[in-house]
Amino acid sequence: MVVSSTARKISFREEVENLLHAEEGVSLVRCIQCATCSAACPAVEFMDHTPRELIALINAGMKDEVMASNTFWTCASCYACSEKCPEGIRPADVMYALTRYSLWKDTFNRDWVAPDFSRRFARTILRTGKSYEPGYAPAFIFEGGVPGMVREMRMAMRLLAKGRLPLIPARIKRIRNLRAMVARVLPLDGIE
Amino acid sequence: MTRYAYYPGCSLETMAATYHVSSLEVAHKLGIELEELEDWNCCGATAYSHVDELLATVLCARNLALAEKQGLDIVAPCNACYKNLWTTNAALKRDPDLAEHMNYALEADDLHYDGKVEVSHIMSAFVTDEALESIRRQAGERIKGLRVAPYYGCQIVRPRRPGLNISQVDDPRFFEDLMKAAGADPVAYPYKLRCCGAVLMVTNRRAAVQMLRDLLQSAVDAGAEVIATACPLCQTNLECYQSEVNRTYGTNYAMPILYFTQLLGLALGVGVKRLGIGKELVSAEAVLKRPTAATAPKGV
Repeated sequence: MVVSSTARKISFREEVENLLHAEEGVSLVRCIQCATCSAACPAVEFMDHTPRELIALINAGMKDEVMASNTFWTCASCYACSEKCPEGIRPADVMYALTRYSLWKDTFNRDWVAPDFSRRFARTILRTGKSYEPGYAPAFIFEGGVPGMVREMRMAMRLLAKGRLPLIPARIKRIRNLRAMVARVLPLDGIE
Repeated sequence: MTRYAYYPGCSLETMAATYHVSSLEVAHKLGIELEELEDWNCCGATAYSHVDELLATVLCARNLALAEKQGLDIVAPCNACYKNLWTTNAALKRDPDLAEHMNYALEADDLHYDGKVEVSHIMSAFVTDEALESIRRQAGERIKGLRVAPYYGCQIVRPRRPGLNISQVDDPRFFEDLMKAAGADPVAYPYKLRCCGAVLMVTNRRAAVQMLRDLLQSAVDAGAEVIATACPLCQTNLECYQSEVNRTYGTNYAMPILYFTQLLGLALGVGVKRLGIGKELVSAEAVLKRPTAATAPKGV
């Protein structure tokens, strides 16, 4: 945990490290730019900056470039990078931290599916306590155009016929208590 | 008798209902009692960590507290649920401030968590020496010699839990051992720990479809007849989007994707229907209709 001093403004790297408060990761200054994380990443070719580049940009304080990047929204949370980093940095947790930061600061690209999807998911859980797949469809169903939509609908019908798709969202019994719990941690209207 | 608090997770009530029924059947055969966690809630998946870390923590803390109330350790069949519950549990045990904060929140549901619960993936319950012995003893011919690709996925081994060495994370063997105990012939293939695309199937389709293609090809190259999964998201991606891979890359994969518990159940003599087999989008007929070791011609 980095303690900010009143004498100077904290760096962007320190900001990112502070976002990892519940983690016990290693400071990003330890990064030796070996690119093992990038080599381990299965989604790297769909990122505008590789994980190695992203960490370099963070360490260089290039906040605007970092926040405009699609890299952290392209992370699949497979943790291959965190497993392989020879310096003990956990890039996967850095990616999570940056997604939270970009939602909080509202810096994400409106064309991306991922931020909308994550928000819909969070709202659903607050309403019912359980996930409900059909509720997220508006976040992505229009992506594939009309043919894509038809394919998704056709698959949904097949799953429905096999009894694998629920028509009604499940709900936990004590949803009110769960909401009260969440409200003790952070303001509900920040999510809803 | 071994008893666990069973945390099914949301998918096992819907898309992965077959994983649910087959887990219960296998546990029953092995004398393992699964007591469903009372009024459990969603683990938060990956989306909650995208939105807020404390929010993700509070959701899992409730499930941990429920298990503590039942006096049982948790098993979870989904890789992501397991990872989330495990990670939160570790954080609460090492950080008293976080635990105090969460206990303040838990009061709103008359709950409290003292850190007395352990969290495991359900497969852990089936790979103890005792369980493996029981499987070897009971296994019939049903999947004997079946060339199965054991697909671990990611979060069942990553991030690395303390006490595990590199080879246990880079090249774990417990899934293979389990399949062997059931009589199957697990194939070696390099993508057994490579991501299936996970939530990218929704948020970045192009990326996920490519990852899926690589994974399917890896299993096909190794001569697999079926891929066995230990996670509902892996199963859904591999099965429901196999046709999208075929359309995108001009391939013609028709790889059955079953839960490892369905294969175990077959080996243990549980009926096909009771294991939920037949609800696949990619037919698993080839697995069921194959000649067993007893009827196959020599040298095949």
